[in-house]
Amino acid sequence: MYSDKVMDHFMNPRNVGEIKDADGVGQVGNPVCGDVMYIYIKVEQETITDIKFKTFGCGAAIATSSMLTEIALGKTIDEAMDITNEMIAEALDGLPPVKMHCSNLAADGLHAAVEDYKAKKEGRPSPTPGMSASCPGSCDSCDMKEEH
Amino acid sequence: MERIYFDHSATTRVDPRVVDAMLPYFTEEYGNASSNHTHGQTAKEALESARQIVADSLNTSSKAIIFTGSGTESDNTAIKGVAEKHGKKGKHIVTSVFEHPAIANTVKYLSHNGFEVDQVPITSEGVVDLEKLKELVRDDTILVTIMTANNEIGTVQPLKDIGEIAHDKGALFHTDAVQAYGKIPIDVDKMNVDLLSLSAHKFHGPKGVGALFVKEGVTISPLLHGGGHEYGLRSSTENVPGAVGLGKAAEIAHADMDEETERLTSLRNKIIDEVTANVKESYLNGSREHRLPNNANIGFRWIEGESILLLLNHVGISISTGSACSSKSLRPSETLLALGLKPEEVHGSVRITLGRFNTAEEVDYFIEKLPPIIEKLRMMSPLAQ
Repeated sequence: MYSDKVMDHFMNPRNVGEIKDADGVGQVGNPVCGDVMYIYIKVEQETITDIKFKTFGCGAAIATSSMLTEIALGKTIDEAMDITNEMIAEALDGLPPVKMHCSNLAADGLHAAVEDYKAKKEGRPSPTPGMSASCPGSCDSCDMKEEH
Repeated sequence: MERIYFDHSATTRVDPRVVDAMLPYFTEEYGNASSNHTHGQTAKEALESARQIVADSLNTSSKAIIFTGSGTESDNTAIKGVAEKHGKKGKHIVTSVFEHPAIANTVKYLSHNGFEVDQVPITSEGVVDLEKLKELVRDDTILVTIMTANNEIGTVQPLKDIGEIAHDKGALFHTDAVQAYGKIPIDVDKMNVDLLSLSAHKFHGPKGVGALFVKEGVTISPLLHGGGHEYGLRSSTENVPGAVGLGKAAEIAHADMDEETERLTSLRNKIIDEVTANVKESYLNGSREHRLPNNANIGFRWIEGESILLLLNHVGISISTGSACSSKSLRPSETLLALGLKPEEVHGSVRITLGRFNTAEEVDYFIEKLPPIIEKLRMMSPLAQ
Protein backbone atom coordinates (compact mmCIF):
# COMPACT_ATOMS: atom_id res chain seq x y z
CA MET A 1 0.00 0.00 0.00
CA TYR A 2 2.99 2.33 0.50
CA SER A 3 5.51 3.51 -2.13
CA ASP A 4 9.18 2.48 -1.89
CA LYS A 5 10.04 6.04 -0.84
CA VAL A 6 7.54 5.98 2.01
CA MET A 7 8.94 2.64 3.16
CA ASP A 8 12.52 3.95 2.93
CA HIS A 9 11.70 7.00 5.09
CA PHE A 10 9.69 4.85 7.49
CA MET A 11 12.38 2.18 7.89
CA ASN A 12 15.28 4.67 7.97
CA PRO A 13 13.82 7.92 9.24
CA ARG A 14 16.06 10.99 8.88
CA ASN A 15 16.58 13.52 11.69
CA VAL A 16 14.76 11.72 14.50
CA GLY A 17 15.09 13.32 17.92
CA GLU A 18 14.72 16.54 19.85
CA ILE A 19 16.69 19.79 19.83
CA LYS A 20 17.11 20.77 23.48
CA ASP A 21 17.70 24.48 22.79
CA ALA A 22 15.35 24.69 19.79
CA ASP A 23 14.40 28.15 18.50
CA GLY A 24 10.96 26.89 17.56
CA VAL A 25 8.85 23.84 18.40
CA GLY A 26 5.67 22.82 16.57
CA GLN A 27 3.19 20.30 17.93
CA VAL A 28 0.35 19.02 15.78
CA GLY A 29 -2.03 16.09 15.62
CA ASN A 30 -4.16 14.29 18.10
CA PRO A 31 -3.57 11.00 19.92
CA VAL A 32 -7.25 10.15 19.36
CA CYS A 33 -6.63 10.01 15.62
CA GLY A 34 -3.39 8.14 16.18
CA ASP A 35 -0.94 10.78 14.94
CA VAL A 36 1.08 13.32 16.94
CA MET A 37 4.11 15.19 15.56
CA TYR A 38 6.67 17.41 17.27
CA ILE A 39 8.95 19.41 14.95
CA TYR A 40 12.03 21.16 16.43
CA ILE A 41 13.98 23.84 14.49
CA LYS A 42 17.17 25.85 14.96
CA VAL A 43 17.13 29.15 13.04
CA GLU A 44 20.15 31.31 12.14
CA GLN A 45 19.76 34.43 10.00
CA GLU A 46 16.17 33.41 9.23
CA THR A 47 17.37 30.08 7.83
CA ILE A 48 16.62 26.62 9.26
CA THR A 49 20.06 25.24 10.19
CA ASP A 50 18.87 22.17 12.09
CA ILE A 51 15.57 20.28 12.26
CA LYS A 52 14.47 17.19 14.14
CA PHE A 53 11.18 15.38 14.69
CA LYS A 54 9.42 13.01 17.03
CA THR A 55 6.27 11.29 15.81
CA PHE A 56 3.65 8.97 17.27
CA GLY A 57 1.79 7.44 14.38
CA CYS A 58 1.52 5.09 11.47
CA GLY A 59 4.00 4.49 8.65
CA ALA A 60 2.77 7.51 6.70
CA ALA A 61 3.04 9.81 9.72
CA ILE A 62 6.66 8.82 10.34
CA ALA A 63 7.65 8.92 6.66
CA THR A 64 6.11 12.38 6.07
CA SER A 65 7.88 13.73 9.17
CA SER A 66 11.19 12.37 7.93
CA MET A 67 10.70 13.70 4.40
CA LEU A 68 9.71 17.10 5.77
CA THR A 69 12.96 17.45 7.69
CA GLU A 70 14.96 16.76 4.51
CA ILE A 71 12.99 19.31 2.50
CA ALA A 72 12.99 22.03 5.16
CA LEU A 73 16.65 21.90 6.16
CA GLY A 74 18.49 24.92 4.74
CA LYS A 75 15.30 26.75 3.74
CA THR A 76 14.52 30.28 4.96
CA ILE A 77 11.56 30.56 7.30
CA ASP A 78 9.56 32.24 4.52
CA GLU A 79 10.28 29.34 2.20
CA ALA A 80 9.36 26.96 5.01
CA MET A 81 5.91 28.53 5.23
CA ASP A 82 5.37 27.68 1.54
CA ILE A 83 5.96 23.96 2.06
CA THR A 84 2.62 22.12 2.00
CA ASN A 85 1.47 18.69 3.14
CA GLU A 86 0.68 17.89 -0.50
CA MET A 87 4.29 18.64 -1.48
CA ILE A 88 5.53 16.19 1.16
CA ALA A 89 3.16 13.49 -0.11
CA GLU A 90 4.28 14.14 -3.67
CA ALA A 91 7.95 13.92 -2.71
CA LEU A 92 7.17 10.48 -1.27
CA ASP A 93 5.58 9.37 -4.57
CA GLY A 94 2.11 9.69 -3.04
CA LEU A 95 0.22 8.33 -0.05
CA PRO A 96 -2.86 6.09 0.13
CA PRO A 97 -6.00 8.32 0.06
CA VAL A 98 -6.97 7.52 3.65
CA LYS A 99 -3.58 8.77 4.84
CA MET A 100 -3.76 12.14 3.09
CA HIS A 101 -5.41 13.92 6.01
CA CYS A 102 -4.65 12.86 9.55
CA SER A 103 -1.30 11.23 8.84
CA ASN A 104 0.00 13.97 6.56
CA LEU A 105 0.56 16.83 9.00
CA ALA A 106 4.29 17.37 8.84
CA ALA A 107 4.14 20.70 7.00
CA ASP A 108 1.59 21.92 9.57
CA GLY A 109 4.08 20.91 12.25
CA LEU A 110 6.82 22.91 10.56
CA HIS A 111 4.56 25.97 10.19
CA ALA A 112 3.74 25.72 13.89
CA ALA A 113 7.45 25.58 14.70
CA VAL A 114 8.10 28.70 12.58
CA GLU A 115 5.20 30.53 14.26
CA ASP A 116 6.64 29.54 17.63
CA TYR A 117 10.06 30.89 16.57
CA LYS A 118 8.53 34.19 15.40
CA ALA A 119 6.48 34.56 18.56
CA LYS A 120 9.52 33.98 20.77
CA LYS A 121 11.55 36.47 18.76
CA GLU A 122 8.87 39.11 19.06
CA GLY A 123 8.24 38.34 22.72
CA ARG A 124 4.65 37.22 22.08
CA PRO A 125 3.05 34.12 23.62
CA SER A 126 3.33 31.14 21.28
CA PRO A 127 0.19 30.00 19.45
CA THR A 128 -1.64 27.12 21.15
CA PRO A 129 -0.12 23.82 20.10
CA GLY A 130 -2.18 20.88 19.03
CA MET A 131 -4.82 21.20 16.38
CA SER A 132 -3.94 21.78 12.78
CA ALA A 133 -6.08 22.75 9.83
CA SER A 134 -5.80 19.20 8.46
CA CYS A 135 -6.79 17.43 11.66
CA PRO A 136 -9.68 19.05 13.50
CA GLY A 137 -9.52 16.25 16.05
CA SER A 138 -12.52 14.27 14.94
CA CYS A 139 -12.12 10.96 13.16
CA ASP A 140 -15.20 11.68 11.05
CA SER A 141 -13.13 14.07 8.97
CA CYS A 142 -10.81 11.24 7.95
CA ASP A 143 -13.18 8.32 7.48
CA MET A 144 -13.43 7.05 3.94
CA LYS A 145 -17.15 6.44 4.13
CA GLU A 146 -17.60 5.90 0.42
CA GLU A 147 -15.27 2.90 0.46
CA HIS A 148 -17.22 0.90 3.00
CA MET B 1 13.28 -18.72 7.31
CA GLU B 2 9.95 -18.67 5.51
CA ARG B 3 7.52 -15.87 6.24
CA ILE B 4 5.57 -16.38 9.46
CA TYR B 5 1.79 -16.08 9.35
CA PHE B 6 0.25 -14.93 12.64
CA ASP B 7 -3.01 -13.54 11.24
CA HIS B 8 -5.35 -16.53 11.38
CA SER B 9 -8.34 -14.45 12.44
CA ALA B 10 -8.13 -12.76 9.03
CA THR B 11 -7.97 -16.04 7.14
CA THR B 12 -6.12 -19.35 7.19
CA ARG B 13 -4.10 -21.54 4.88
CA VAL B 14 -6.30 -24.26 3.38
CA ASP B 15 -5.24 -27.61 4.80
CA PRO B 16 -3.82 -29.79 1.97
CA ARG B 17 -6.19 -32.60 3.07
CA VAL B 18 -9.08 -30.22 2.42
CA VAL B 19 -7.79 -29.41 -1.06
CA ASP B 20 -7.46 -33.13 -1.80
CA ALA B 21 -11.03 -33.73 -0.69
CA MET B 22 -12.34 -30.89 -2.87
CA LEU B 23 -10.46 -31.54 -6.11
CA PRO B 24 -12.56 -34.44 -7.50
CA TYR B 25 -15.67 -32.26 -7.28
CA PHE B 26 -14.29 -29.80 -9.82
CA THR B 27 -13.29 -32.13 -12.63
CA GLU B 28 -14.78 -35.58 -12.01
CA GLU B 29 -17.89 -35.36 -9.84
CA TYR B 30 -18.99 -32.01 -11.21
CA GLY B 31 -22.70 -32.74 -11.39
CA ASN B 32 -25.42 -30.38 -10.25
CA ALA B 33 -26.58 -31.68 -6.86
CA SER B 34 -30.19 -30.98 -7.86
CA SER B 35 -30.05 -33.26 -10.93
CA ASN B 36 -31.67 -36.68 -10.80
CA HIS B 37 -29.01 -38.57 -12.72
CA THR B 38 -25.88 -40.28 -11.43
CA HIS B 39 -23.67 -37.22 -11.94
CA GLY B 40 -26.07 -35.17 -9.87
CA GLN B 41 -26.68 -37.76 -7.21
CA THR B 42 -22.97 -38.31 -6.59
CA ALA B 43 -22.57 -34.59 -6.01
CA LYS B 44 -25.66 -34.63 -3.81
CA GLU B 45 -24.22 -37.40 -1.64
CA ALA B 46 -21.01 -35.42 -1.12
CA LEU B 47 -23.02 -32.32 -0.23
CA GLU B 48 -25.17 -34.20 2.27
CA SER B 49 -22.23 -35.91 3.83
CA ALA B 50 -20.57 -32.49 4.38
CA ARG B 51 -23.83 -31.23 5.87
CA GLN B 52 -23.92 -34.17 8.27
CA ILE B 53 -20.36 -33.45 9.46
CA VAL B 54 -21.30 -29.85 10.28
CA ALA B 55 -24.53 -30.98 11.97
CA ASP B 56 -22.66 -33.53 14.12
CA SER B 57 -20.05 -30.94 15.13
CA LEU B 58 -22.80 -28.69 16.51
CA ASN B 59 -24.87 -31.55 17.98
CA THR B 60 -27.83 -30.98 15.72
CA SER B 61 -29.51 -32.60 12.73
CA SER B 62 -28.50 -32.09 9.09
CA LYS B 63 -31.88 -30.50 8.34
CA ALA B 64 -30.79 -27.55 10.46
CA ILE B 65 -27.70 -26.74 8.35
CA ILE B 66 -27.66 -24.67 5.17
CA PHE B 67 -24.59 -23.79 3.15
CA THR B 68 -24.02 -20.16 2.16
CA GLY B 69 -21.38 -18.12 0.36
CA SER B 70 -19.68 -16.60 3.42
CA GLY B 71 -19.92 -15.81 7.10
CA THR B 72 -21.29 -12.40 6.18
CA GLU B 73 -24.03 -14.00 4.09
CA SER B 74 -24.93 -16.33 6.96
CA ASP B 75 -25.19 -13.34 9.32
CA ASN B 76 -27.32 -11.37 6.87
CA THR B 77 -29.60 -14.34 6.22
CA ALA B 78 -30.09 -14.94 9.93
CA ILE B 79 -30.72 -11.35 10.98
CA LYS B 80 -32.73 -10.07 8.03
CA GLY B 81 -34.47 -13.44 7.77
CA VAL B 82 -35.69 -13.23 11.38
CA ALA B 83 -36.56 -9.54 11.04
CA GLU B 84 -38.70 -10.12 7.97
CA LYS B 85 -40.39 -13.25 9.28
CA HIS B 86 -41.01 -12.08 12.84
CA GLY B 87 -41.24 -8.30 12.34
CA LYS B 88 -44.97 -8.38 13.01
CA LYS B 89 -44.34 -9.80 16.47
CA GLY B 90 -41.90 -7.09 17.46
CA LYS B 91 -39.42 -4.58 16.11
CA HIS B 92 -36.72 -4.79 18.75
CA ILE B 93 -33.28 -6.36 18.31
CA VAL B 94 -30.49 -6.60 20.88
CA THR B 95 -26.84 -6.93 19.89
CA SER B 96 -23.50 -6.13 21.57
CA VAL B 97 -21.20 -3.14 21.25
CA PHE B 98 -18.35 -5.17 19.75
CA GLU B 99 -19.83 -7.18 16.90
CA HIS B 100 -18.09 -7.75 13.57
CA PRO B 101 -19.29 -5.33 10.83
CA ALA B 102 -21.24 -8.22 9.25
CA ILE B 103 -23.54 -7.99 12.29
CA ALA B 104 -23.13 -4.33 13.27
CA ASN B 105 -23.92 -2.98 9.81
CA THR B 106 -26.77 -5.43 9.22
CA VAL B 107 -28.61 -4.39 12.39
CA LYS B 108 -27.78 -0.76 11.57
CA TYR B 109 -29.48 -1.26 8.21
CA LEU B 110 -32.55 -2.63 10.01
CA SER B 111 -32.49 0.30 12.44
CA HIS B 112 -32.98 2.56 9.40
CA ASN B 113 -35.89 0.39 8.30
CA GLY B 114 -38.27 0.43 11.21
CA PHE B 115 -36.43 -1.66 13.79
CA GLU B 116 -35.14 -0.52 17.14
CA VAL B 117 -31.70 -1.79 18.11
CA ASP B 118 -30.02 -1.82 21.53
CA GLN B 119 -26.40 -2.67 22.16
CA VAL B 120 -25.38 -4.45 25.34
CA PRO B 121 -22.07 -3.19 26.78
CA ILE B 122 -19.09 -5.40 27.62
CA THR B 123 -17.01 -5.57 30.79
CA SER B 124 -13.34 -4.57 30.91
CA GLU B 125 -12.62 -8.28 30.43
CA GLY B 126 -14.34 -8.23 27.03
CA VAL B 127 -17.40 -10.27 27.99
CA VAL B 128 -20.99 -9.07 27.54
CA ASP B 129 -22.59 -7.71 30.69
CA LEU B 130 -25.38 -10.22 31.41
CA GLU B 131 -27.15 -7.98 33.94
CA LYS B 132 -27.38 -5.22 31.36
CA LEU B 133 -28.57 -7.76 28.79
CA LYS B 134 -31.43 -8.77 31.09
CA GLU B 135 -32.47 -5.12 31.32
CA LEU B 136 -32.38 -4.65 27.54
CA VAL B 137 -34.31 -7.71 26.36
CA ARG B 138 -38.04 -6.91 26.30
CA ASP B 139 -41.31 -8.60 25.43
CA ASP B 140 -41.16 -7.19 21.90
CA THR B 141 -37.53 -8.27 21.34
CA ILE B 142 -37.51 -10.72 18.44
CA LEU B 143 -33.77 -11.36 18.20
CA VAL B 144 -30.65 -11.27 20.33
CA THR B 145 -27.50 -11.50 18.19
CA ILE B 146 -24.18 -11.74 20.04
CA MET B 147 -20.97 -13.24 18.76
CA THR B 148 -19.51 -16.49 20.11
CA ALA B 149 -15.99 -15.06 20.29
CA ASN B 150 -14.75 -11.59 19.40
CA ASN B 151 -12.70 -11.18 16.23
CA GLU B 152 -10.19 -8.73 17.70
CA ILE B 153 -9.59 -9.85 21.27
CA GLY B 154 -10.83 -13.44 21.02
CA THR B 155 -12.94 -13.28 24.17
CA VAL B 156 -15.52 -16.07 24.40
CA GLN B 157 -19.07 -15.11 25.35
CA PRO B 158 -21.41 -16.98 27.73
CA LEU B 159 -23.73 -18.34 25.02
CA LYS B 160 -25.82 -20.52 27.33
CA ASP B 161 -26.71 -17.59 29.62
CA ILE B 162 -27.33 -15.24 26.71
CA GLY B 163 -29.64 -17.77 25.08
CA GLU B 164 -31.52 -18.24 28.31
CA ILE B 165 -32.08 -14.50 28.71
CA ALA B 166 -33.32 -14.26 25.10
CA HIS B 167 -35.65 -17.25 25.48
CA ASP B 168 -37.11 -15.94 28.75
CA LYS B 169 -38.63 -13.11 26.71
CA GLY B 170 -39.49 -15.27 23.72
CA ALA B 171 -36.70 -13.87 21.52
CA LEU B 172 -34.53 -15.93 19.18
CA PHE B 173 -30.78 -16.13 19.79
CA HIS B 174 -28.34 -15.88 16.88
CA THR B 175 -24.58 -16.08 17.32
CA ASP B 176 -21.81 -15.23 14.87
CA ALA B 177 -19.42 -18.11 15.50
CA VAL B 178 -17.13 -17.26 12.59
CA GLN B 179 -14.07 -16.85 14.85
CA ALA B 180 -14.97 -19.57 17.34
CA TYR B 181 -16.21 -22.50 15.27
CA GLY B 182 -13.59 -25.22 14.96
CA LYS B 183 -11.59 -23.77 17.88
CA ILE B 184 -13.89 -24.38 20.83
CA PRO B 185 -16.69 -26.94 21.24
CA ILE B 186 -20.16 -25.58 20.46
CA ASP B 187 -23.30 -27.53 21.31
CA VAL B 188 -26.22 -25.51 19.96
CA ASP B 189 -28.71 -27.51 22.00
CA LYS B 190 -27.01 -27.11 25.37
CA MET B 191 -26.03 -23.51 24.62
CA ASN B 192 -29.58 -22.35 23.77
CA VAL B 193 -28.60 -21.23 20.25
CA ASP B 194 -31.31 -20.85 17.59
CA LEU B 195 -29.17 -19.61 14.70
CA LEU B 196 -25.39 -19.76 14.21
CA SER B 197 -23.07 -18.50 11.45
CA LEU B 198 -19.73 -20.00 10.46
CA SER B 199 -17.22 -19.60 7.65
CA ALA B 200 -14.87 -22.24 6.20
CA HIS B 201 -11.81 -20.07 5.55
CA LYS B 202 -11.38 -19.30 9.25
CA PHE B 203 -10.62 -22.95 10.08
CA HIS B 204 -8.32 -24.03 7.25
CA GLY B 205 -11.11 -24.46 4.72
CA PRO B 206 -11.69 -22.59 1.45
CA LYS B 207 -12.89 -19.01 1.02
CA GLY B 208 -16.34 -18.37 -0.46
CA VAL B 209 -18.32 -20.89 1.58
CA GLY B 210 -20.06 -20.61 4.92
CA ALA B 211 -22.89 -22.26 6.75
CA LEU B 212 -25.88 -21.23 8.81
CA PHE B 213 -27.51 -23.32 11.52
CA VAL B 214 -31.25 -22.69 11.80
CA LYS B 215 -32.80 -24.73 14.58
CA GLU B 216 -35.59 -26.98 13.41
CA GLY B 217 -38.91 -25.24 14.03
CA VAL B 218 -37.38 -21.74 13.74
CA THR B 219 -38.68 -19.98 10.64
CA ILE B 220 -36.86 -17.27 8.70
CA SER B 221 -37.33 -15.60 5.31
CA PRO B 222 -34.66 -16.23 2.68
CA LEU B 223 -32.42 -13.49 1.25
CA LEU B 224 -32.16 -15.21 -2.13
CA HIS B 225 -35.24 -16.42 -3.97
CA GLY B 226 -34.94 -18.87 -6.82
CA GLY B 227 -34.86 -22.61 -7.27
CA GLY B 228 -35.47 -23.39 -3.61
CA HIS B 229 -32.08 -24.89 -2.77
CA GLU B 230 -30.99 -25.44 0.83
CA TYR B 231 -34.51 -26.05 2.17
CA GLY B 232 -35.68 -22.94 0.36
CA LEU B 233 -33.45 -20.70 2.47
CA ARG B 234 -30.63 -20.14 -0.01
CA SER B 235 -31.43 -20.56 -3.68
CA SER B 236 -28.30 -20.96 -5.84
CA THR B 237 -26.77 -24.03 -7.44
CA GLU B 238 -24.94 -25.74 -4.60
CA ASN B 239 -21.21 -25.08 -4.33
CA VAL B 240 -20.35 -28.77 -3.94
CA PRO B 241 -16.54 -28.46 -3.86
CA GLY B 242 -16.87 -25.61 -1.36
CA ALA B 243 -19.25 -27.55 0.89
CA VAL B 244 -17.02 -30.63 0.71
CA GLY B 245 -14.04 -28.44 1.68
CA LEU B 246 -15.97 -26.90 4.58
CA GLY B 247 -17.01 -30.37 5.73
CA LYS B 248 -13.49 -31.77 5.56
CA ALA B 249 -12.06 -28.74 7.37
CA ALA B 250 -14.74 -29.11 10.08
CA GLU B 251 -13.99 -32.80 10.43
CA ILE B 252 -10.25 -32.19 10.90
CA ALA B 253 -10.77 -29.27 13.30
CA HIS B 254 -13.08 -31.30 15.53
CA ALA B 255 -11.03 -34.50 15.43
CA ASP B 256 -7.91 -32.63 16.58
CA MET B 257 -9.59 -30.08 18.80
CA ASP B 258 -8.41 -31.19 22.25
CA GLU B 259 -4.72 -31.51 21.45
CA GLU B 260 -4.71 -28.49 19.15
CA THR B 261 -6.35 -26.37 21.85
CA GLU B 262 -3.66 -27.42 24.30
CA ARG B 263 -0.84 -26.75 21.81
CA LEU B 264 -2.15 -23.34 20.71
CA THR B 265 -2.98 -22.23 24.24
CA SER B 266 0.54 -22.99 25.36
CA LEU B 267 2.09 -21.10 22.40
CA ARG B 268 -0.29 -18.19 22.92
CA ASN B 269 0.44 -18.01 26.65
CA LYS B 270 4.15 -18.00 25.90
CA ILE B 271 3.65 -14.98 23.64
CA ILE B 272 1.53 -13.15 26.21
CA ASP B 273 3.85 -13.92 29.13
CA GLU B 274 7.15 -13.24 27.44
CA VAL B 275 6.10 -10.13 25.53
CA THR B 276 4.48 -8.46 28.53
CA ALA B 277 7.51 -9.42 30.66
CA ASN B 278 10.16 -8.28 28.14
CA VAL B 279 8.49 -5.07 27.00
CA LYS B 280 7.64 -2.50 29.66
CA GLU B 281 4.23 -0.81 29.49
CA SER B 282 2.64 -3.59 27.45
CA TYR B 283 -0.56 -5.40 28.40
CA LEU B 284 -3.04 -8.05 27.25
CA ASN B 285 -6.38 -6.74 25.98
CA GLY B 286 -9.38 -8.77 27.17
CA SER B 287 -9.79 -11.74 29.45
CA ARG B 288 -7.03 -14.33 29.48
CA GLU B 289 -9.32 -17.04 30.81
CA HIS B 290 -12.37 -16.59 28.53
CA ARG B 291 -10.37 -16.45 25.34
CA LEU B 292 -9.88 -18.39 22.11
CA PRO B 293 -6.76 -20.57 22.33
CA ASN B 294 -5.11 -18.86 19.35
CA ASN B 295 -5.60 -15.14 20.13
CA ALA B 296 -3.23 -12.68 21.80
CA ASN B 297 -4.13 -8.99 21.55
CA ILE B 298 -1.41 -6.89 23.13
CA GLY B 299 -1.22 -3.14 23.66
CA PHE B 300 2.00 -1.10 23.72
CA ARG B 301 1.87 2.38 25.21
CA TRP B 302 3.10 5.44 23.28
CA ILE B 303 3.35 3.87 19.83
CA GLU B 304 1.01 3.08 16.97
CA GLY B 305 0.01 -0.37 15.77
CA GLU B 306 0.48 0.02 12.04
CA SER B 307 4.12 0.96 12.56
CA ILE B 308 4.58 -2.24 14.57
CA LEU B 309 2.86 -4.20 11.78
CA LEU B 310 5.15 -2.73 9.10
CA LEU B 311 8.36 -3.36 11.04
CA LEU B 312 7.31 -6.94 11.86
CA ASN B 313 6.38 -7.41 8.21
CA HIS B 314 9.90 -6.33 7.31
CA VAL B 315 11.36 -9.16 9.42
CA GLY B 316 8.96 -11.65 7.83
CA ILE B 317 6.06 -11.78 10.30
CA SER B 318 2.42 -11.06 9.36
CA ILE B 319 0.18 -9.81 12.19
CA SER B 320 -2.71 -7.33 12.29
CA THR B 321 -3.48 -4.16 14.18
CA GLY B 322 -6.20 -3.49 16.70
CA SER B 323 -5.94 0.00 15.34
CA ALA B 324 -8.07 0.69 12.30
CA CYS B 325 -5.26 2.90 10.98
CA SER B 326 -4.19 0.31 8.44
CA SER B 327 -7.68 -0.21 7.09
CA LYS B 328 -9.99 2.20 5.35
CA SER B 329 -10.92 4.15 8.44
CA LEU B 330 -8.72 5.89 10.99
CA ARG B 331 -11.35 5.50 13.67
CA PRO B 332 -10.03 3.65 16.73
CA SER B 333 -11.37 0.10 17.17
CA GLU B 334 -14.81 0.16 18.82
CA THR B 335 -14.02 -3.17 20.46
CA LEU B 336 -10.97 -1.87 22.27
CA LEU B 337 -12.70 1.41 23.19
CA ALA B 338 -15.53 -0.68 24.65
CA LEU B 339 -12.97 -2.43 26.88
CA GLY B 340 -12.30 0.99 28.39
CA LEU B 341 -9.00 1.72 26.65
CA LYS B 342 -8.08 5.31 25.77
CA PRO B 343 -7.95 6.05 22.02
CA GLU B 344 -4.15 6.35 22.05
CA GLU B 345 -3.93 2.96 23.78
CA VAL B 346 -6.25 1.49 21.16
CA HIS B 347 -3.94 2.74 18.41
CA GLY B 348 -1.04 0.90 20.04
CA SER B 349 -2.64 -2.56 20.08
CA VAL B 350 -1.81 -5.47 17.78
CA ARG B 351 -3.47 -8.84 17.23
CA ILE B 352 -1.50 -12.07 16.97
CA THR B 353 -3.62 -15.07 15.93
CA LEU B 354 -2.08 -18.52 15.63
CA GLY B 355 -3.08 -21.48 13.49
CA ARG B 356 -2.50 -25.13 12.76
CA PHE B 357 0.74 -24.69 10.85
CA ASN B 358 2.50 -22.40 13.34
CA THR B 359 5.43 -23.85 15.28
CA ALA B 360 7.20 -23.20 18.59
CA GLU B 361 10.24 -21.96 16.60
CA GLU B 362 8.11 -19.31 14.92
CA VAL B 363 6.82 -18.15 18.29
CA ASP B 364 10.39 -17.91 19.63
CA TYR B 365 11.48 -15.90 16.59
CA PHE B 366 8.59 -13.47 17.10
CA ILE B 367 9.35 -13.08 20.81
CA GLU B 368 12.97 -12.29 19.93
CA LYS B 369 12.20 -9.82 17.12
CA LEU B 370 9.45 -7.80 18.79
CA PRO B 371 11.17 -5.90 21.66
CA PRO B 372 13.74 -3.99 19.52
CA ILE B 373 10.91 -2.96 17.17
CA ILE B 374 8.90 -1.54 20.07
CA GLU B 375 12.04 0.18 21.36
CA LYS B 376 12.80 1.73 17.94
CA LEU B 377 9.29 3.20 17.67
CA ARG B 378 9.32 4.50 21.24
CA MET B 379 12.60 6.33 20.53
CA MET B 380 10.69 8.21 17.82
CA SER B 381 7.56 8.88 19.84
CA PRO B 382 6.91 12.24 21.53
CA LEU B 383 4.51 10.49 23.91
CA ALA B 384 7.07 7.99 25.28
CA GLN B 385 8.17 8.51 28.86
